Amino acid sequence: MRHDHLLTANQLTRGDIELVLDRAAEVDANPASFGKRHAGKLLGLCFFEPSTRTKMSFEAAMKRLGGDVVDMGSVDSSSVKKGESLADTVRVVEGYADALVLRHPLMGAAKMASEFVDVPLVNAGDGAGHHPTQTLLDLYTIRENAGLDDLSIGIMGDLKYGRTVHSLATALTNFDASQHFVSPESLELPRSVRYDLHEAGATVREHTDLETVLPQLDVLYVTRIQRERFPDENEYHRIAGEYQIDAETLEDAKDDLTVMHPLPRVDEIAPEIDDTDHARYFEQAHNGVPVRMALLDLLLEGDS
Amino acid sequence: MSDTDKQLRVSKIENGTVIDHVRGGQALNVLAILGIDGSGGEQVAIGMNVPSGTLATKDIVKVEGRELSQDEVDVLSLIAPDATINIVRDYEVVEKHRVDRPESVTGVLSCPNRNCITNVDEPVETRFAVLRDGVRCEFCGTIVREDIASHIADD
Repeated sequence: MRHDHLLTANQLTRGDIELVLDRAAEVDANPASFGKRHAGKLLGLCFFEPSTRTKMSFEAAMKRLGGDVVDMGSVDSSSVKKGESLADTVRVVEGYADALVLRHPLMGAAKMASEFVDVPLVNAGDGAGHHPTQTLLDLYTIRENAGLDDLSIGIMGDLKYGRTVHSLATALTNFDASQHFVSPESLELPRSVRYDLHEAGATVREHTDLETVLPQLDVLYVTRIQRERFPDENEYHRIAGEYQIDAETLEDAKDDLTVMHPLPRVDEIAPEIDDTDHARYFEQAHNGVPVRMALLDLLLEGDS
Repeated sequence: MSDTDKQLRVSKIENGTVIDHVRGGQALNVLAILGIDGSGGEQVAIGMNVPSGTLATKDIVKVEGRELSQDEVDVLSLIAPDATINIVRDYEVVEKHRVDRPESVTGVLSCPNRNCITNVDEPVETRFAVLRDGVRCEFCGTIVREDIASHIADD
């Protein structure tokens, strides 16, 4: 990879993405051969926001590469509680680790932090901004199930604040993909993502309901509509209810439609879909480990 | 009324910079974007809403004793794209040039996104990429197209 840091999906070329995904496929095919690749290396985990899947999969990935992690722990038990700046925190942890993973509630936090450290820094989610490693595992899952070209993908839910959506939509501009965005008007894509899609010449359609576009989709990527975004609880329930899918919803879908969700879900996808051939969201979560192993392997191999 | 008469309306300067053809009402924003507030001892003269042949009305800013750098001049393009810059020495205009749009501006604008890392107490200057029709925060990606002058950062 040409990049020292992975901050947003905007950095990623098609070549970069294929390099990571191909390496992840190698990991999947022969995990044992990667087992000692980075013995003695340490990954610094700086999570300023709660995380289960992202944090655990980075930890698992580093350990499966033969390395280990140092974890700053929860914000409440760290020096952040004493008022330490993010810039200082990452400079300190840089001294303990060979690479850093940062999750932070503010947009642009990873970009700023990367300017204070010399070790590779990976953005594991910055507020409503970006989540590029989620995108890499999303693309890996999509490639395994539907291929990445000649693809028709629906992305539904909270498109305004959904960082996984922002990164995925941007990364998909590297491929021959028609993107259909399905959301209430109040949660449409932000101006910055629209700008990137327009500049990239992406094929984009926007919809307020899934019904019209569902039959042509190869992939349906569902995200959680976040209750905390709505000042009025009744408004949340009215809108959220229109963006839930169940077996009846999918009657008009292609037989091989792949349904994905970055998780955690609340009630966007009915449990009855879990056992169908459409459901790929748990496989998607599991892919976090080989994909993050591949990414860390590529970022760390320069100094191996 | 001749050009000379218009210049005299806001007295000639001996040495310094005359920023002409600023859109009417933008003179104070020009000073703000240049970080000129008088605390540096500069003598500043402003003409606002002066009749203009090319613009309906224009503002003129004269800064005595200071020649603007190219970087400073380029930043002006964000709010005064039609401005002309006259460098004056010994009462004569010795250089005259137009502003060019820079690729980015640092420490000049504040980000309107309250969830941007540049709006908390971190040791970072704001940085905006200059687009064809606006500016974009290089940290959070927020695009500002309307009323850029209102985002000029307070020192």
